[in-house]
Amino acid sequence: MTVAAEPIITEEVKQKSPGYWAGVMKRFMRDPVAVGCAVIILLLILSAIFAPYLGLNDPYKASMIKRLKPIGFPGFPLGTDEQGRDMLARLIYGGRLTLFVGLTPVVLAFFIGSSLGLIAGYVGGWVNTVIMRTVDIFFAFPSVLLAIAISSALGAGIVNSLVSLTIVFIPPIARVAESATASVRSLDYIDAARATGGNALTIVRVHVIGNVLGPIFVYATSLTSVCMILAAGLSFLGIGVRPPEPEWGLMLNTLRTAIYVNPWIAALPGLMIFITSLCLNLLSDGLRSAMNVKD
Amino acid sequence: MSKTDATNSTSDRGGPRQPLIIAKNLKKHFPIRSGMLNRQTATVHAVDGISFDVKKGETLGIVGESGCGKSTTARLLIGLIELDDGSIIFDGDVLGSDIKLKELRRGVQMVFQDSYASLNPRMTILDSIAFGPKIHDHKDPASVARNLMERVGLDPERFAMRYPHELSGGQRQRVNIARALALSPRLVILDEAVSALDKSVEAQVLNLLSDLREELDLTYVFISHDLNVVRYISDRVLVMYLGEVVEVGPVEAVYKEQAHPYTASLFAAMPSMDPDNRTEEPPLAGDPPNPIDPPTGCRFHTRCRFSESVCSKVKPKLNVIADNPDHLAACHIKDVGSGHSLAAQEAGE
Amino acid sequence: MTQTPLVEFENLKVRFKGERTVHAINGLNLSLQPGEMLGLLGESGSGKSVTLKTLLRLLPPKRSELEGSVRVNGTDIMTLSGNALASYRGGDVSMVFQEPALALDPVYTIGDQIAETVMRHKGIGKTAAMDVALDMLTRVRIPSPERRLKNYPHELSGGMRQRAMIALALSCRPKLLLADEPTTALDATVQIQILLLLRELQKEFGMGVIFVTHDIGVAVEVSDKIAIMYAGNLVETGTTRDVIRNPQHPYTKGLLAANLHGVVKGERLDAIPGSPPALEEPPHCCSFAPRCAFAEDRCRSDLPPVTDLGGGHSVSCVLAASTTTA
Repeated sequence: MTVAAEPIITEEVKQKSPGYWAGVMKRFMRDPVAVGCAVIILLLILSAIFAPYLGLNDPYKASMIKRLKPIGFPGFPLGTDEQGRDMLARLIYGGRLTLFVGLTPVVLAFFIGSSLGLIAGYVGGWVNTVIMRTVDIFFAFPSVLLAIAISSALGAGIVNSLVSLTIVFIPPIARVAESATASVRSLDYIDAARATGGNALTIVRVHVIGNVLGPIFVYATSLTSVCMILAAGLSFLGIGVRPPEPEWGLMLNTLRTAIYVNPWIAALPGLMIFITSLCLNLLSDGLRSAMNVKD
Repeated sequence: MSKTDATNSTSDRGGPRQPLIIAKNLKKHFPIRSGMLNRQTATVHAVDGISFDVKKGETLGIVGESGCGKSTTARLLIGLIELDDGSIIFDGDVLGSDIKLKELRRGVQMVFQDSYASLNPRMTILDSIAFGPKIHDHKDPASVARNLMERVGLDPERFAMRYPHELSGGQRQRVNIARALALSPRLVILDEAVSALDKSVEAQVLNLLSDLREELDLTYVFISHDLNVVRYISDRVLVMYLGEVVEVGPVEAVYKEQAHPYTASLFAAMPSMDPDNRTEEPPLAGDPPNPIDPPTGCRFHTRCRFSESVCSKVKPKLNVIADNPDHLAACHIKDVGSGHSLAAQEAGE
Repeated sequence: MTQTPLVEFENLKVRFKGERTVHAINGLNLSLQPGEMLGLLGESGSGKSVTLKTLLRLLPPKRSELEGSVRVNGTDIMTLSGNALASYRGGDVSMVFQEPALALDPVYTIGDQIAETVMRHKGIGKTAAMDVALDMLTRVRIPSPERRLKNYPHELSGGMRQRAMIALALSCRPKLLLADEPTTALDATVQIQILLLLRELQKEFGMGVIFVTHDIGVAVEVSDKIAIMYAGNLVETGTTRDVIRNPQHPYTKGLLAANLHGVVKGERLDAIPGSPPALEEPPHCCSFAPRCAFAEDRCRSDLPPVTDLGGGHSVSCVLAASTTTA
């Protein structure tokens, strides 16, 4: 039956090979820092989603007599802000907008940027030149300036700041996607697939995407922290979320005058931004090493 | 076992006497661009007007050093890069006018040197082999793949669900061979397919290739730098130097007597395998010239010990050697009317 | 054997820890006399590169565990550290790599790189060091060496780069040169030039050379002695003539057959079946037994004895042991 007459004796191979993602998961779970960060992020997201069911005070209810109460004040575990609103409730509710504004642009930019990068990297030639040179133009501006410029041109508001942040993040993602695609494109298995007669779309779908999405995804994860900080910055400047909505950047802005009266309260929104972005960064580092096949 | 019934590849039309593939005057120049405006600053003469044919059922070995254009030739034959000039005729059909690239690729497949880079690292062995049949709408790609795995000596039960990095180099190359066979091609191009393997594994894969050739009536183009391997597997051998054919002929004739000085040097450069009779003098000095700016006339004249003025001026034609119509070499010494002083002597003998 | 050997491995064992333990070298005994040229032959994973790295103390200290001893010129190199180690590397022992394009620094000229090494090890001035560099380039027969001194590595062809690499390695007159597949990346007509050059330079400088290769033909071309490695240990050692003319170990015979030198076209090749072991555990029996056509029960139960056949020819196989005792 078989052509090879001699039996193929191989080294004792592990029975049943786990899939690629199972391997990534296994390596990821072995990294305590990354797992811890993932848990914190998950808690933040869950508490933001289920904020109304957590039995918190009304985050909008102000009280002139209970302004800037310290941490641990009866009824207000994390104190109150400059209008006497409950800080704990505002921080948790604030997570909703902050995380939404922080994640949405990255997700949108991930899809748009990856598509652009894939096309540029796979097709090459003048298509690549057009896409990548356009991307380069956006790269010439610092991301903060660009976000502020687009945002103020479009006018204040949540949607507009989402749009501006998305535009800011498309170029870096497109660039990472392009270089990942171009390096995969030059490998022999793509040539082998072309020689089999597959058309470009099939090859990109079957052979390219799976091999470039990992690195792009990891990169995008690291951008979410930048995005949150930028969004907070926009709110701080008054061109993002408007008062009285709870949002960490905006809260940081309105509380800055209280820094001499009750510095701990004023620092709380900043601390939240810091923790979240740190966790996201460590998480993306963990993902990066977990996705490395050749361990 | 019946022949792989993945899809019927282009069936034989021209009969046994018609070459399976004819390459006519193939040319491929790669531009080198540099600077801000991506201007073309130089040209790599990768393949510069080569012609040859491959008969049905034979194995044509292509040898030469890096930069001689052997890999470019392989990629031209399977249409992975576009021809600048010349034509490819597959069993009587001219590529471009009679058959499309897609049809050619069903008849011609390729195995690459790097067994790891030529497999998608995120795909199981089974999926990699089944990819071709799948996109050609075969009804059961997985069973085609399993049959082929068995045929190349990989137990489907053990290997089907594995990933490339879990296999050894020899096993991966078996997978690549199975993948190339999945569309029942008639011509398989083996581009240094055994060069990266350890010697003991190389012999196993060579045995496999010989068996498959017999069983499936395959025709091979076998590209290698190892003259021993080429001698073992090929019927005819084609020697390339800087994008041109310098010698072509039946393998035994060429191994017995090399007509072109370059071919002779290649043979002399092989390790002697005799501890009492080691090589004392390198046959050639220096490295092969850069294909960006190839020498005029005979491209070998810069390194040839027999070089005369005619060699740098006139490009030699392929001449018949020793009255064997299959054995040709492009050297002025073998051309009586060329004006090379040694040509007359050769004729006089 | 009155001289102290230049290199002496005594029961060397190297283990790599990590997710998987790899027993890379398993009880290697090997010695090299001054001025000898040894071809260390083996396939990928046989431990030949690890042997070289051990000699240069280049193994990652945290991940590797060593046992046994390695002496160079009588000094236990495992005890070297700091300045002694630095002058040992590059001074007493130097190395030629497979890829000169990667081993040479792309931002310095060839002359500067050689001169810098000479200045560091010999403590001489820049001008004198440049003279040494020029002399070295002449010795490795690089045409127009004055001009090449000022070239950057990328301006040289593959063969020239390897010559420059050799010039760099020999610039401090090492007693021992390690060559790790120095011709594998080169074309056939260039390979033979480099092999002959190394052979000549070895005579000229009188140094000991360990030449690691997977190509038996290359080993025959350059070496006085051949040592064949399999699964982290030697299977056969001897003069090149003895090993090639009178191979004793089945693996050596298989390798010689697989070289296809003088094979008849179309004849079925006598291939060694299977592939080398993964070395996750130290060998408790002959590592080659699963692939060996002559394997017996004792091959699968005990480590093979090392048999001295005289004249420095020794084999690690029960078959050789039984023929000599009989």
